[in-house]
Amino acid sequence: MTGHVHRDDFGSRLGMWLFLVTEIVLFGGLFIGYSYMRYLYPAEFHHGGSELNATLGIINTLVLLTSSLTVVLSIVAIQRAEKARAMAFLGSTLVLGLVFLVIKSFEWAAKFHHGIYPNSAHLATLPPGEQVFYGLYFTMTGLHGLHVIAGLSVLGVLLWWVATDRIRQDRYIHLENGGLYWHLVDVIWIFLLPLFYLAA
Amino acid sequence: MSEHAHSADLNTVPQPEHPADHPGYGTFIKVWVALLILTGCLVGVSHLGQTAAVWGLLTLTPLKAALVFYFFMHLKYEGPLLKIVVLVTLGTLLIFFALLFSDVAFR
Repeated sequence: MTGHVHRDDFGSRLGMWLFLVTEIVLFGGLFIGYSYMRYLYPAEFHHGGSELNATLGIINTLVLLTSSLTVVLSIVAIQRAEKARAMAFLGSTLVLGLVFLVIKSFEWAAKFHHGIYPNSAHLATLPPGEQVFYGLYFTMTGLHGLHVIAGLSVLGVLLWWVATDRIRQDRYIHLENGGLYWHLVDVIWIFLLPLFYLAA
Repeated sequence: MSEHAHSADLNTVPQPEHPADHPGYGTFIKVWVALLILTGCLVGVSHLGQTAAVWGLLTLTPLKAALVFYFFMHLKYEGPLLKIVVLVTLGTLLIFFALLFSDVAFR
């Protein structure tokens, strides 16, 4: 039995997909809540959307789409045993993820500066529909932001594993699964852009 | 998986699970360009009034998500099981969505 390595890459991916499915349902519930609230308060959501910085939302979309591309390219590089290239691609993803968070923090800071943050005194003076809009905005972009932070932590570990050859041409399932998580984070943002930033 | 016991020495040599038929860099770069173009279209139609914006949201956004699922998340290269898992999940969400709005419509 010495040296017997049990591997089940497909089982590993299936496990990851089952986890991702729970994430889809988690955000799906919020999206359904959003749809109902937008149906109830169309004018307030329209106005709320016009108060958000659409340019920052669009830039962050381009940033995340590109970071998704670099993750999937790092897998191609690993499959071809191009280690340096794989590390460069993964490193780019980490940088782009950080850029996303920095832009996001500027955006939230501007909202806080205008007295708009969860449970603020100014928010309480706004019409109910706009309070709901900002409640969903902070909940959904905040939960998404936590996922970006989690994804970056995972990708950081993966970069280290590529550097130390724990992930290599014949063994890269961890990179695939980490990449799957990052792509899901990207997909969620794909929906958040039109729902909030382009709602006006 | 019982045959693993008889061929344990084979399993000590890690082997790529699905060799040779991997897509290259070009495929994914093309998908990325398509995603950028679709994002541009989405932003464009959002300026054409409320109806166009909502239709853009309902068509272009799922299309972008589908491209990411199908290519970046490698569903194109997976067997039927993972595809079914994803479709069942999305179908469940759609049912919840339909139930909610069928309730709302008759209030």
